[in-house]
This record gives sequence, C-alpha cells and structure tokens, in this order.
Amino acid sequence: MPDKEDPPAPRPRRVAHPLARFLIRRLLLAVLMAWGITLVTFVLTNLVPGDPVAANLGQRALGDPAIVAQWRAEHGLDKPLWQQYLIHLQGLVQGDLGTSQQSHRPVAQDLAEYVPATLELAGAAILVSLVLGVAFGVVAALRRDRLPDHALRVLSLVGISVPTFWLALVAFYVFFYRLQLTPGSGRVDAALGSAPPVTGLQTVDALLAGRWDIFSSAAGHLVTPALVLALYTIGLLTRFTRSAVLEVLGQDYVRAARAKGLPGRTILFRYVLRSALVPIITVAGLAFGSLLSGTVLVEAIFAWPGIGQYAYKSATTLDLPAVMGVGLVVGVVYLVINLIVDVLYGVIDPRVRLQ
Amino acid sequence: MTLEISGLKVSIGGKEILRGVDLGLAAGRVHGLAGESGSGKTMTGLAVLGLLPHGARASGTVRLGERDLLALPAKELNRVRGGEVAMVFQDPATSLHPMLTIGRQLTEHMRHHLRLGRTEAKERAVELLGKVRIPGPAQAYGRFPHQFSGGMRQRIAIAIALACSPKVLIADEPTTALDVTVQAGVLRLLRGLCDELGLAVLLVTHDLGVMSAVADEVSVMKDGLVVESGPRGRVLREPAHAYTRSLLGSLPGAGTAEPGGPGDPGGPGAGPAPEGER
Repeated sequence: MPDKEDPPAPRPRRVAHPLARFLIRRLLLAVLMAWGITLVTFVLTNLVPGDPVAANLGQRALGDPAIVAQWRAEHGLDKPLWQQYLIHLQGLVQGDLGTSQQSHRPVAQDLAEYVPATLELAGAAILVSLVLGVAFGVVAALRRDRLPDHALRVLSLVGISVPTFWLALVAFYVFFYRLQLTPGSGRVDAALGSAPPVTGLQTVDALLAGRWDIFSSAAGHLVTPALVLALYTIGLLTRFTRSAVLEVLGQDYVRAARAKGLPGRTILFRYVLRSALVPIITVAGLAFGSLLSGTVLVEAIFAWPGIGQYAYKSATTLDLPAVMGVGLVVGVVYLVINLIVDVLYGVIDPRVRLQ
Repeated sequence: MTLEISGLKVSIGGKEILRGVDLGLAAGRVHGLAGESGSGKTMTGLAVLGLLPHGARASGTVRLGERDLLALPAKELNRVRGGEVAMVFQDPATSLHPMLTIGRQLTEHMRHHLRLGRTEAKERAVELLGKVRIPGPAQAYGRFPHQFSGGMRQRIAIAIALACSPKVLIADEPTTALDVTVQAGVLRLLRGLCDELGLAVLLVTHDLGVMSAVADEVSVMKDGLVVESGPRGRVLREPAHAYTRSLLGSLPGAGTAEPGGPGDPGGPGAGPAPEGER
C-alpha cells in the first residue's frame, strides 16, 4: 500500500493555553445550544393544544370577533409563526421576553423576582447534596460491608424512593406543625421586613446588609425545603460515589500509591477522589437538572415564591410569553450546569483538555 | 541477605495461596522468581509490602534487617514502603495515575519520606528521569503519563520506585506488558541499576528468557511453593525438579534445555550479557 504523503508541517503560530482553548470551544457550543433552546421552547409552546385567547378573555369577550382579533393583534398572534419567532428572538437579544398576559408586566421583570428565590432554594439543595452525598459515598466505600455502609445504603434507598411531594408534606407537618422546630412557609418572617435586594438571595442579602436577624430567619426557612429537595440527590450521589470510589480503589495506580508509602489521606484525596470525581460530576450534573423539576412541588407546599409556582400559574392560564420565559430560564440553567460539568472534566482530567 | 522471606503463607477466604515460601534477596543481585500464572509469585511480591487484596491473611516472616515487615505497625510499614522497599508493577499504563503529572508522582513520596523541599525534589526527579534515559527530562517532568510510550512509562515507574533510594526493588512482571523490542532496554536498565546502586532485586516473571538474561539466582514456584532455587546457570541448565524441566521444555524451540535461542527476544542476544559485565 503506497504511503500517503505527510501533510505539510503547520506554520508555527501562537497557541492558546490548552485549557483556554477548551473553554472557548465549549462556550461557542453553549451559545449554539442556547439558540436551539429558544427555538425548541418557542415551537413547543406554540404546539400546545389550547388557545391563549380562550384562556385569557372572558366568555362574553370571546363572543365578539372584533375583541378577539384586537387581542390577537395586541399580542402579535395574528402574524405567521416564523415572524412571531423572529420578533421573539429580536426581543430576546435586547433582553425583552415579552409581556405576561396575566400580570401585565414584562416577563423579564417577573422572572427577576421569582428566579432568585428558586436559585437560593436549589443552590442550597445542590450544595447540601454534593457535600453530604460525596462524603456519605466515600464513607460507605471505605467501610464496605460494615455498619456505616449498611446504614447509608438504607438512607440512600429511602432518599431515592420516597416521592418529593410526600416528603415535603410530612416534613412540613412534623417539623413545623407538630414539633414547631422550623418556621413555616415563605422565605423570611414577614415581620422582619427584608434586606435591600442586591443578589435576590435573602440569606446573602441579609449578610451583606449585616442583618443577622433576617439571615437567621431566612436560613431557618430555607433548611427544611432545601433538605427535602436534596434528599433524592443525596441518595443518588451516595450510591454513585460509593461505587465510583470502590472502582478506583481497585485500580493499579492506587496500589502503586500504597506501595510508595503515601499517607492514607493523600491517597484518598489525591489518587482516589480525583478519579472518582469524573463519574460523580456526570451524575451530579444530571441530578441537578431533575432537582429543578422537584422545586415545583416543594415550592407549592412550602409557599416558596419561586419559578416553580410562577411556571405552574403561567401554564394553567396559557400565558405563553411567561411559559417561554420559564422554559428559557430552565434551559439556560441546564446549559450552565452542563458547561460547568464539561469544564470540570477538563480541569480534572488532562486527557480531556490536552486532546 | 538484605531481605529474607521465610515460611510465608497467604490465604484468601480460607484458600491457601502461598503454602510456606522461602526466598532470600542479596544486595547487588537479581533474584528471578518464575512460575506459571496462579503459582503465587505476584502474591509473594505483594505480601512483602502488605499490599495483598481485601480479605487476605499473611503469616510467616519477611525480615528486612532487624524488622519483620509482616508484624510492623501500619505507620512504620508505610515508612518502609517506597522508602526502603519499592515496587514496579506489570502494566505502566495502569500503574501511573493518569491525571497527575510525572513530576508530581516522582516527587510526592520523596517529599514525604525524605522531607525534601519542592525545588530539591524537582532537581532529584529530573536527575532520575535522566538516569532512566527519558529524553528531555526537564520537559518530561511536567507531562502526563498518556503523553509517553509504554516503554517510557515503565522507565518512569522505575524512576519513581528508585526515588527514595530503596535497598530492595520488587519488580512484578516489569516487561510483560511491553513490546518485545522495548523489553530488552528495560531489563538492561534494571540490571544496570542493580549493579550500580547495589539494589537487591526480586524479578517476578513467567518468562524464562527474561530470567536467563538478567537473573543471578532463580527460584521456581508451583502451587504456592518454591520447588527449586539456586544460581541461574544450575537451575536453567541442570534443573533438578521435574516441574522446572517441564517449564523449560515448554519454551518455544524446546527440546533443548537452553532458553534464549535466536528467536527469543529476551534472551542473551537482546538483553545484556551478565557474564560479560562482571
């Protein structure tokens, strides 16, 4: 077989740091995906069987074709779909998500009010589940087939199999109503007022303002719903971390590290956890996506004024701009989580970033 | 004897893997440990450093100077591991951590055992990489294992093993995962280091060609027991035990009891000629 000629040697050029190049590639991809999300949310929202006109106008107004036509024109629904999409896209670029047909306010303004509440709740749940899930998993793996392992197995099974809405109700009943250990619904005691909004996260804003009373109230309100929301992810991460750590513990390089006489702590953190993190963050990324959908139920039960409640209200009234806005936010959150996971792969594993 | 194994027994789940192994390693000598897979030669190497798999029990003695390694508390055993007795594993593709730089893996135990500073450790690491003939040692220091070939990785693994100037080196099938053309180079390196540094080497291998190329003493294992032991020339030329004879007979081009014929890459033709070196 005749050898192909070697391609001419590339001219020397400035090459960015491999990690930087990796990041740029991922960011470009993310922008492309974000555009895809706008298209999908738009198409799906418009495919929904149900007429926003019927949902928004009263019985009598519906009988009058002139009012219906006027309402349609007002909301741009008389134009062809592709034009509606272009207008929608043009608005998005300028940060305009349309006007909610229910609240008669810009959707962007509504979201700015509701999203931080959900971010605070979900963020706390994610933090708790990462710390506890990974720690539990490591303990279970290191104490394999002994009491801690069995106890954690039961805990994670419960976490995975108990439905979130049921857990939320039970937790609310037991800890608030019966034991009166935790404050009830909402984000903060109404009597305390609230800290001047900077980030929209009550706990952070309270700290920024130096209001300890508000902070402890906000944190107290956060504990139960966040734990309820996190329990599933804790269970999932415990199981995955356990098996990932056990897998790595059997690797040759861990035995080689032991043969080098390194202290156990060094082997665990430098050798075992580093490798085990790759499958762990894969699962964590996926789990956090499903955690977001769990917020809808938890928010409803704890009267948490978040995006879940907003989404529920908008969907039941066919408030299309608001539904699209929520879809976009959730899509972008997924995107950001995926981006973080991808970047973490690159940071952890040189074989990914040096490709 | 630098390291003396006597009456070493290992059982896993009630099954006896080693049934009383006796072996002695002397400074500056390569002791070859042969036997088919499952005969317990790898377990012998692992038992010395207490690296046996989950649930294994070891009894007997492993003397290093005044100490019995099997009876040593965990903390002191950790000082021996990598510090006085080092190990090289079979497959360098899996025995180096894929996500840590060569430099990190070369210096971490030096810094731990010898209490070296960052720069001192780095200097020594680069020197070691040069000693095992890695081209461009200073650049290699910052690279990752996947950026090296198999033979180079095994040289790096050897450099890691030698970093704390151990007295004993246990090499578990160090050339089995390597290309035949690379094997000779790694063996020559091992033999050279053994002579130069006065290391006591336990070379575990199933390849009698490798054995005849570098070993001074040869022990043959079968079913968890050493069935024959002695100087290489005698064991390989005039085997006393029937099992050794059958092992030699199973070599390619068998019939003669002379391993390392022309087709044998690990034989004296490709490897170093130990007689000529002394």
